[in-house]
Amino acid sequence: MFKLFKNFSKKDCGIIIFCIILICFQVWLDLKLPDYMSNITTLLQKGTDVSEILEQGFYMLLCAGGSLASAISVGYFASYLSSSFSRTIRKKIFDKVQSFSMEEIKMFSTSSLITRTTNDVSNMEMIIGMGLQLLIKAPITAIWAICKILDKGWQWSAITGVAVIILLIMVITLMIIVLPRFKIVQKLIDNINGFIRENLKGIRVVRAFNAEGYQEEKFEKGNIKLTNTQLFNQRTMAIMQPVMYLVMNTLTLAIYFVGAHLIEEAAMFDKITIFSNMVVFTSYAMQVIMSFLMLAVIFIMYPRASVSAERINEVLDTDSKILDGDVSEDNYLEGEVEFRNVSFKYPDSSEYILKDISFVARKGETVAFIGSTGSGKSTLINLVPRFYDVTDGEVLINGVNVKNYKLEHLHNKLGYVPQKAVMFNGSIKYNVSYGDSGKNITIDKVKEAIKVAQGKEFVEKMTNGYDSNIAQGGTNVSGGQKQRLAIARAIAKDPEIYIFDDSFSALDYKTDYLLRNELKKYTKDATCLIVAQRIGTIINADKILVLDHGVCVGMGTHKELLKNCNIYKEIAYSQLSKEELENE
Amino acid sequence: MSNDEVKSKPRNVGRGPNVAEKPHNFKSAIKKMVFYLKKFLPLIVVSLVLASLSAVLSIIGPNKLSDLTDVITEGIMKGIDFEAVKSISIFLLCLYFTSALFNYIQTLIMTNVANNFAKDLRSRISKKINRLPLKYFDEHSYGDILSRVTNDVDTIGITMHNSLGSLVSAITLFIGSIIMMFVTNWIMAITGILASIIGFVFMSLILSKSQKYFSQRQTELGKLNGHIEEIYSNHNVVKAYNGEKEASEKFDKYNQKVYESNRKSQFLSGMMQPIMGFVGNLSYVAVCVVGSILVMNGDIKFGVIVAFMIYVRLFTNPLSQIAQGMNNLQSTAAAAERVFEFIEEKEMSSEEVIKKRLHKSKVKGNVVFDHVKFGYNSDKIVINDFSCNVKKGQKIAIVGPTGAGKTTMVNLLMKFYEINSGDILIDGESIRELSRENIHDLFIMVLQDTWLFEGSIRDNIKYNKENVTDEEIMDALEVVGVDHFVKSLPKGLDYVLTDNDSISAGQKQLLTIARGMIKDAPFLILDEATSSVDTRTEELVQKAMDKLTEGRTSFIIAHRLSTIKNADLILVMKDGNIIEQGNHKNLMEKNGFYADLYNSQFKK
Repeated sequence: MFKLFKNFSKKDCGIIIFCIILICFQVWLDLKLPDYMSNITTLLQKGTDVSEILEQGFYMLLCAGGSLASAISVGYFASYLSSSFSRTIRKKIFDKVQSFSMEEIKMFSTSSLITRTTNDVSNMEMIIGMGLQLLIKAPITAIWAICKILDKGWQWSAITGVAVIILLIMVITLMIIVLPRFKIVQKLIDNINGFIRENLKGIRVVRAFNAEGYQEEKFEKGNIKLTNTQLFNQRTMAIMQPVMYLVMNTLTLAIYFVGAHLIEEAAMFDKITIFSNMVVFTSYAMQVIMSFLMLAVIFIMYPRASVSAERINEVLDTDSKILDGDVSEDNYLEGEVEFRNVSFKYPDSSEYILKDISFVARKGETVAFIGSTGSGKSTLINLVPRFYDVTDGEVLINGVNVKNYKLEHLHNKLGYVPQKAVMFNGSIKYNVSYGDSGKNITIDKVKEAIKVAQGKEFVEKMTNGYDSNIAQGGTNVSGGQKQRLAIARAIAKDPEIYIFDDSFSALDYKTDYLLRNELKKYTKDATCLIVAQRIGTIINADKILVLDHGVCVGMGTHKELLKNCNIYKEIAYSQLSKEELENE
Repeated sequence: MSNDEVKSKPRNVGRGPNVAEKPHNFKSAIKKMVFYLKKFLPLIVVSLVLASLSAVLSIIGPNKLSDLTDVITEGIMKGIDFEAVKSISIFLLCLYFTSALFNYIQTLIMTNVANNFAKDLRSRISKKINRLPLKYFDEHSYGDILSRVTNDVDTIGITMHNSLGSLVSAITLFIGSIIMMFVTNWIMAITGILASIIGFVFMSLILSKSQKYFSQRQTELGKLNGHIEEIYSNHNVVKAYNGEKEASEKFDKYNQKVYESNRKSQFLSGMMQPIMGFVGNLSYVAVCVVGSILVMNGDIKFGVIVAFMIYVRLFTNPLSQIAQGMNNLQSTAAAAERVFEFIEEKEMSSEEVIKKRLHKSKVKGNVVFDHVKFGYNSDKIVINDFSCNVKKGQKIAIVGPTGAGKTTMVNLLMKFYEINSGDILIDGESIRELSRENIHDLFIMVLQDTWLFEGSIRDNIKYNKENVTDEEIMDALEVVGVDHFVKSLPKGLDYVLTDNDSISAGQKQLLTIARGMIKDAPFLILDEATSSVDTRTEELVQKAMDKLTEGRTSFIIAHRLSTIKNADLILVMKDGNIIEQGNHKNLMEKNGFYADLYNSQFKK
């Protein structure tokens, strides 16, 4: 956790020191207040006039006001520090994640990265905001107050000490019992959440199997477990408040009780001093107890914050394995892609996902990849934009290893369409002309791209046409529409190389067919890499690579493969009947 | 089984006085809450009585402490009366103990009530889910329902447990300390109250201002989180299109806004504590000064000051507690409103009057659609006057592009939705005359979104059917061709399926088919696998499905046309309408939409 604090700048450190001074000042004023009360008490016992009391009262007001002012200033600086701290950390994490390759993202998982950037940072922000005020103030108050009361009578100090110890033992025991169970509660909540989600997602199946009772029973079991654990926690915690009040009340009483004896035993002159001390002592004692309780609160919060800090550090300490290259000039072989003995495996895995793949896609050629799920098709084309780097071998574009290109330059050459079409919150135009490379794309170009991608009809039907807004995650367009827009995004970029990662799956056959035809016409000169499930999609490719468990088991045109590749034949026959294939 | 649909709502993120969510109708929400709390009411009353008793006791305390002080002051000159000191101390000690005890019992009762109430609500929601028509789920997101089960019910539970007791004791303390103050000395009472009121006016001014910044902070944080989510989950496209710079710029903009609203809201909410302290100090000073003057004039004894020093504290603390409590009560009412809204949602029609029952083993397997008319909304009819006669053992295929409403037919057959007019007859009996439970009993349904839950393979396959032996399960697995696969898993049938295991979509599909086999019923509804399954597994799935159709009247939602050429009847759907029907040969000869669709898959 302290590692993260290094992100405070010199200026911030100055502010922190200034805050500490302010807090000391505030504590001094807070503790000064009872002193004046003590003065008043003494004055009263001795006999005095109104002006003297008013004078003391005025000092008291001054103390109260000063304390308020310095507390507010501390609050001001604390809010500045904690929010600028969270701003800095958030930015650091965000930039870090942006630099990650798929490998690191996969390692953390996207949802975990999101919580790390949002919730975990908020947790840290909270402990800094509160910590600055409580963590500094509580010990100062405690120590200062203890110093003040120590010489006023050890008997009283001893009683206060006992009270503090009783309270601390109680708080700590409760925490030891309850804290681990709090974690369990979170799990149990996730559990019943899971049951509900399960029931909702499978609602048709649940009903079709008449399994409503079965599901409800399952939920009820989780529900009872959750309720019981929560009951236990809350019942245990319920002891805290009454005992706290009891101890504080009894402490006051004990101070008075002991005080009575002290006064009785003291010499005549001391009696009044002891009496006024007694009245003031209770105020100090309360301060001491409150500051110890505050410290306890910090200790309760600490574990959560330190877990958050750890999770943040994990992200910040991870470096992307993909390093930027420096080639940014163009070569004459526009759009040639070559794989030379490429193998790939995940770093922590022993099994190769791709093994010894070699092929060349020349300018204007279409190369398709087919094979069952898990055969490595998607991984293969992910090597071109360097989402991953090869384990062995080389991927070359225009004769240059992709690792040597400047990433920005490399990406500018590519029109990549992912398996899951991705939309951003913004207009259709924004989505199609997305990215830095799309800054110069005109509206006409956007329209053309959408037309080629067979999206003209539905886009123009939308209320605002090309300016219509797409909701976050593209929830207001259908799967097929999203896919067409994602394809339009690639087209609008006019890339040298198109990469389609199973990007036609949500389209019906007819649209798929029309789109591919238009695309072919439009992209005559561009190289195309296509991953597909349907034979129909790739039947016309210049070259088809058949992958099986990461190995290339066949390469050639549709006709050639039908003759000499068994796996391809199997795939083909499972999709098209024999006579249909022979009709070709 | 994914988490995607539950976007965590940025509700109650952070700390400090959260923006109180306002209910639409506070009164009716509270009224309803009282209604649902009926069986807990006696306990709640007992607990509230205890809370106020405990508060009353803590008000008497200072009074006695003041007596004690007076005994000591008087004793300074002429020797302290230790008998009196002792008796007052013992009395006070008893008082403190009883007060603490009452307080504890009160909290225990409230804890019980709150948790059992929350449990009750959760159960009601869980049961409700299965009694709502499917239509409800078309219009509401899972996330919405989930947040009602957890967030809203939690809010209700926590506020009931925390606020109700403390609200009552705070009010008692507040009123009690005012009374006691006036009884003890009216001048001091007015002094103390005035000082506090000045402070609180000041505080409420700040509070009302900070509310604005808090809601602003929530909005800004929501925007930032949305952007982060978008960029993180679309990482590959951001990279491939060099969108990083733009994403970074946008992030900075949002981040800055969050920072600003954050700083303001934190500062303002951070001021609460010092101001509270100041109010306390102010009244303390006022009481001390005025009290001292009164003592000097001989109007009061010194003990009164001591008592007032405590009264002032007892008086100021509850004020903020009451404010906080009312705030909490409001968000509870808002949460309760959402929960009750769900619980009171209109349920599916009652089936109590239904007496007829078709027995699974005696059903022949004929289905007649008789002029069926249906629309998800009454003003938008999607099926117009559909009739056909399905004979025992026939195979009916439903085809059409995505989104054409193929599942509508399933929904009607399974009585998930009620038809508007016309009738569907199973073995001559109208489905209106049969209970949903009975109809479901007659159908095997295998859907394309393979629904498996977190549990062992055995539990997933036998599901809610009892007395299924492992042999029967293994037989079913063998028929669909995954017996080897299951045996190869670490614990075989006991292997627990989780969210992110490596079992492929195709294998999951095969497991759901096995589940259908175990169920065994005269009718079958099949939704074919889509492209997410690789073609070779798909072949396995196809074989398994063919096995399943043997001897059953089956309805098949087809995605690929080559597999259904031998169907007895093909229904072609488009935009929710059945536009063509007939067998493959007829339809091809017709050269309409079907023929077009069929040919397009081979076109170059």
